[in-house]
Amino acid sequence: MAYSAFALLRHAFNGHNGWKPAWRSPKPQAEYDIVIIGGGGHGLATAYYLAKNHGVRRIAVLEKGWLGGGNTGRNTTTIRSNYFYPESAALYDLSVRLYENLSRELNYNVMFSQRGLMFLVHSEPEMEIAARTVNAMRLNGVDAELLDRDAVRKRAPVLNFRDDARYPIHGGVFQGRAGTARHDAVAWGYARAADRQGVDIIQNCEVTGLLIENGICKGVETSKGRIRAGRVGGAVAGHSSVLAGMGGFQLPIQSYALQAFVSEPLKPVIDTVAFSPATGTYFCQSDKGGLVIGGALDRVPSYGQRGNMPVQEQVLSGLIEMAPALAKVKLLRHWAGNVDVTPDSSPLIGPTPLEGLFINCGWGTGGFKAIPAGGYLFAHLLATGNHHAISRPFDLDRFARGALIDEGAASGIAH
Amino acid sequence: MQQFPCPFCGLRDEREFHFAAEAGKIRPDTTQPVSDADWAAYLHNRKNPKGETREVWIHTPCAEVFILKRDTLSMAVLGCEPLRKDIP
Amino acid sequence: MTGFRTPQGGLIDRSKPLEFTFDGRSYSGFQGDTLASALLANGVRIMGRSFKYHRPRGVWGAWFDDPNAIFDVTLNGRTLPNCAATTTALIDGMQARAVNAFPTAKHDLKGVLDRFHALMPAGFYYKTFIWPNWHLFEGMIRKMAGLGRLDGELIAGYQSAQHHDRCDLLVVGGGGAGLAAARHAAEAGQNVLLIEDHPALGGGLFRRALPVEGQSPADWIAAQQAAILAAGGRILTGTTAFGVFDHNMVGLAQDHGFAKAPSLWRIRARRILMTTGALERPVTFANNDRPGVMGLDGALEYLARYGVAAGRDIAVLSNNTFATAAQPLLEQAGCKVTLLDATRGPAKAIGKTLRAVDHNGQRIACDTLLVSGGRTPVVHLWRHAGGKLDWNNTISAFVPGHAPDGMAAAGAANGTYDLDDALSEARAVALNHAAPPARKPVPMPLLQPDTNSNTRQWIDLQHDVTLKDIKLAAQENYVSVEHLKRYTTLGMAPDQGKTANMAGLAAMAQLQGQSIPETGTTTFRPPFVPVPLELYHGARRGQLFNPLKRLPLENRHRAAGAALGEYGGWLRPAWYSDIDAEVRMARNHVGLLDATPLGKIEVMGPDAAKFLDFVYYNTIATLKPGHIRYGFMLTEGGIVFDDGVVARMDPNRFVISCSSSHVAGVTALLESWRQDGNDPDRVFIHDTTANWATLTITGPQAKPVMQALDLGVDLAGFAHMTWQTGHFHDTPLRVARVSFTGDTSFEITLPSAQAEPFWDTALQLVQAENGGPIGIEAVSHMRAEKGFIIIGKDTDGETMPHDLGFSIPRRKKRAAFVGDRSLHSETANRPDRRQLVGLRSDTLLPTGAHLVTGKRSIGTVTSSYHSPTLNHPIALALLENGANRHGEAITVWHMDREIPATVTAPCFLDPKGDRLDA
Repeated sequence: MAYSAFALLRHAFNGHNGWKPAWRSPKPQAEYDIVIIGGGGHGLATAYYLAKNHGVRRIAVLEKGWLGGGNTGRNTTTIRSNYFYPESAALYDLSVRLYENLSRELNYNVMFSQRGLMFLVHSEPEMEIAARTVNAMRLNGVDAELLDRDAVRKRAPVLNFRDDARYPIHGGVFQGRAGTARHDAVAWGYARAADRQGVDIIQNCEVTGLLIENGICKGVETSKGRIRAGRVGGAVAGHSSVLAGMGGFQLPIQSYALQAFVSEPLKPVIDTVAFSPATGTYFCQSDKGGLVIGGALDRVPSYGQRGNMPVQEQVLSGLIEMAPALAKVKLLRHWAGNVDVTPDSSPLIGPTPLEGLFINCGWGTGGFKAIPAGGYLFAHLLATGNHHAISRPFDLDRFARGALIDEGAASGIAH
Repeated sequence: MQQFPCPFCGLRDEREFHFAAEAGKIRPDTTQPVSDADWAAYLHNRKNPKGETREVWIHTPCAEVFILKRDTLSMAVLGCEPLRKDIP
Repeated sequence: MTGFRTPQGGLIDRSKPLEFTFDGRSYSGFQGDTLASALLANGVRIMGRSFKYHRPRGVWGAWFDDPNAIFDVTLNGRTLPNCAATTTALIDGMQARAVNAFPTAKHDLKGVLDRFHALMPAGFYYKTFIWPNWHLFEGMIRKMAGLGRLDGELIAGYQSAQHHDRCDLLVVGGGGAGLAAARHAAEAGQNVLLIEDHPALGGGLFRRALPVEGQSPADWIAAQQAAILAAGGRILTGTTAFGVFDHNMVGLAQDHGFAKAPSLWRIRARRILMTTGALERPVTFANNDRPGVMGLDGALEYLARYGVAAGRDIAVLSNNTFATAAQPLLEQAGCKVTLLDATRGPAKAIGKTLRAVDHNGQRIACDTLLVSGGRTPVVHLWRHAGGKLDWNNTISAFVPGHAPDGMAAAGAANGTYDLDDALSEARAVALNHAAPPARKPVPMPLLQPDTNSNTRQWIDLQHDVTLKDIKLAAQENYVSVEHLKRYTTLGMAPDQGKTANMAGLAAMAQLQGQSIPETGTTTFRPPFVPVPLELYHGARRGQLFNPLKRLPLENRHRAAGAALGEYGGWLRPAWYSDIDAEVRMARNHVGLLDATPLGKIEVMGPDAAKFLDFVYYNTIATLKPGHIRYGFMLTEGGIVFDDGVVARMDPNRFVISCSSSHVAGVTALLESWRQDGNDPDRVFIHDTTANWATLTITGPQAKPVMQALDLGVDLAGFAHMTWQTGHFHDTPLRVARVSFTGDTSFEITLPSAQAEPFWDTALQLVQAENGGPIGIEAVSHMRAEKGFIIIGKDTDGETMPHDLGFSIPRRKKRAAFVGDRSLHSETANRPDRRQLVGLRSDTLLPTGAHLVTGKRSIGTVTSSYHSPTLNHPIALALLENGANRHGEAITVWHMDREIPATVTAPCFLDPKGDRLDA
């Protein structure tokens, strides 16, 4: 039953009684070809591409709560590919390209809004670093513009253009193809499309252990019983170390709470996403009118899905320094997710020390934007047992090889 | 806003502290051969437990480096001790 | 026009009339009114339009639970968006406009949208706007969405004060239970803080309007207040606890009136007592969103606090005995009252302007329908703190269950609705005793909506979520509570579902054939009510957001006409007049530089040398006292973290001069290694950077200046990379011969307090040699001419020491040192590592340009200047395998433009170092 304006009109005549469930709620079978742990965006996208691109038939996605309830449903929905290293650009721009067609592909409006994203530049020396970034992006085949102060003002007049600002605006790095999407819709769209491909999405099914036979992972133990699998894929952002613990190994990951904030709804205030590296705060406006605000990680490693005041003060003070007119806007709600942070802040995709178990994790603060690519590449890995060329640099072996992909460090440290 | 105990200064605001590392990591003797995997494990791998953990923290104002025992889920603080006890 | 002002009663001051406008029309109210109470008193029914369908809406509640009356309010030229009319105190001259309505709430052009409601069920946008592209539709939809309008104006003095405090017992909510508890605890010697969000204490006692322990409500409240204060307790009214955070930190927002920033209180309470009351629960029935349908508690609040009756002909639809108690109160105010039992049969509101209600087969004429579907205890703070909730079948509500550490609940917030029971419970809990069992439970049967009805029944008034939307969500398998909320937007409006969430949950439970606790409960997230972002801003504003470090000589630099700029967190002279002229002056004569920000970290103790051998890439132990060595500190990952010089004072004492922006980082790194893996009794770290000023005299005439300064040092035998002590008048100082310019340089370090007289003398002598002060930009040019790097500018997060030409320790150093093993990884050994080179070209190369082969980046330009000394452009770059490419032609790529250049050694000037001792 395809979604369209016409279908909506047709269903309106019978009181919308004809819409079918977006996905089934199946009972788990005893065995699958591939079991994916984690029903967030990455897990659901992986299942979808496994079925669609690789023809895998028996796939289950196990979700301990409700699908999309982890970081997929908690993030600030920014999508971008403004990266320095070619490896990162290849990964994240694959994701942007997949997002560009995602609503049509899934027949579900994920509200991808290419409103652009602007990294602000606060000094002349930083303009040089910004130029370096723009050049890198263009060489990586990603759209990028170096904006001067007036061009920034034109795109976002609400920002702080006072000369006495602590962080005056000198310019910006703009990626026009960047933007936002509706986070829940991404999970729901993939879930619906995967379900239609025959994927069993099993909610309220918590993985309590791994089934390990002769040193090989052969399935999982769950709150709904044992499920055997040819291969097991973990996409459990925030809890990757817990999964690794079940497999008897450690990962280069630390879990942190990352907070997000939304204001009361306002008529349009800003038409792009603005990020200030100096304050660490970024914001945009949702279609419903709320300002969506994010910033730095909490300072205390944590599995608690709640935030704490010091970082709230830092992020929201930063916001007001960026756009002083927002001081009188009211905060409606704030929350937190748990993110996996790797030493180089780049993701981990690949096999693990436990044969039969593969992971997709370590996305840190930026997992949402990578959902389509993460799913696409993880599906390739799970189906073939081998990396896609784009995911190869993000294998766990990069740490032993010393081949970190550290975007933060690439931008250098000011004097 | 959490409060952590510094063994030197007592209970202080979390903003005065800086997380350093998981406790119990011993630096390999680099004057002897160390494999790439062992070195990477020392540098990067963590237990990252959900629940009770022992960590190395620094109290910035007094520069005391110490072991903090706490719960990463409930945020309960379970105790602290000076770091030097941890050195073999 | 139905609401009216009663002849007497209320907490308002009838001697002080106030004028205001709403949607362009003038009205009057009294001191003590809210915007909503004044409008209701004026008979205004329609105070807003709904978010999605633009349905006309009247006021529903009397405090923060009202979902409907939201205004943009202007007073004295200051406009605040999205003010809740029910909590905004009326001030003379206010101009209010309903949000999301044009031209007025009463006549809203977009009201026509309601006719197309069948095309806009829950989540309709997920099914449409797919072709060709959502972004095409988005602009139009964004304009339709949103509520208030933000003007760009800043309010002068809009600044939140910050308080930090603690107490033994924080009582949240100054109603009956809160007052009783606070008094009891205070009289027992506890340090008590009682907060109440209304301007007046009393909570629900006013609307209850019955004697409290034999006293009138007002007298009882006044007596408790006096007793609390007499016992040393504190009371804050107009103050909301908006969140409970880790380790029992409670955030309070204290209101100071319209367009004034609230104060933020961070309270660390040993115990928190939640006496936050309970909210009226709506009843779900057909057309229950019509203006004229109100919460019963809300109507009683208007009557008791503001002397306003909601209507004349009132029907009350309720499942509980509060309605019975309310009847005489409404009748005394002159209203006709009919009581209807909500547990019997479905109801339907009749008339666009309410004129009747159909209930249980009867039509009852009324102009106002008050509903009371039970109570929802206010448990937000409980959930913020991680407390559990239990379902109570008697009152059909979630009540506090297993308590978070240091937290308790009493009164209506705990499901104890009878006042006498609530008071006994509050007094017991205040002293951490077990509460006596309730004597008079107030049962409230669960009301479940008629899910078979085809009528429009509102669940979330603010977001236009109807029962049909809940049904659609269930039908499409969005059944988890979070999916329900997100798919329908239930509870996501500014009121955060304070009235809607339970109704939605009841509907979903009914549809699923489950109990409510089986269906679940949504998460309660701070802040409890919307608070201005300014609340979190505090002192972190303007220059204080991240204060700059200031030089002791700042006044001298300003007097010398310096342009000051931020460098590594310090405010430093960028230049005094002209960068090129300063370079030429220093190269030809002599320059005076304020180098105070350079690190001065002392490392002392018998293990100091061994310790520095470990933390430095270079071997330090072989350095002789009196000598200085350049070196790198690495991360354990082998990346260059800092460069600088180490001076050995004596066998057990060193001074590290690290880069100015790295002092805190280097100190922390040294401290952590000192305490972890070293014997902290045998080595000590002391950062003295802030105690000393450092001035550099550099140039061919540096020696004559030093001679004239007469600092008591042996200039003849003063070799490069050595140091001596001297004195300026009676002040001891240190002189080091190190050079960041390539010319003869003396770095003089002396106590900051003596910096000004020394500067004055030195400047005079420098000027006598045709020299003068030079800024950091001139020095940047000069060091680039010499190929000297700035860490973080000419290096990045991949740069290892051998990339900079310093490879001997990597190959030969025997002792363990930080980062050693990482220098031998597969990546560290790659032949195509990016290495430091110089670039020559005819034009000035842009810093930030890349070096390319084809369209592959093989490096970047890190520093680029027109060299005033050589009179041609120079640049430093990191280039793949650059050390082996000197002399090669290379393509520089900048913004799609290609520029030819030649790779050279990084040093452009005096490669042999003759100028050092010129």
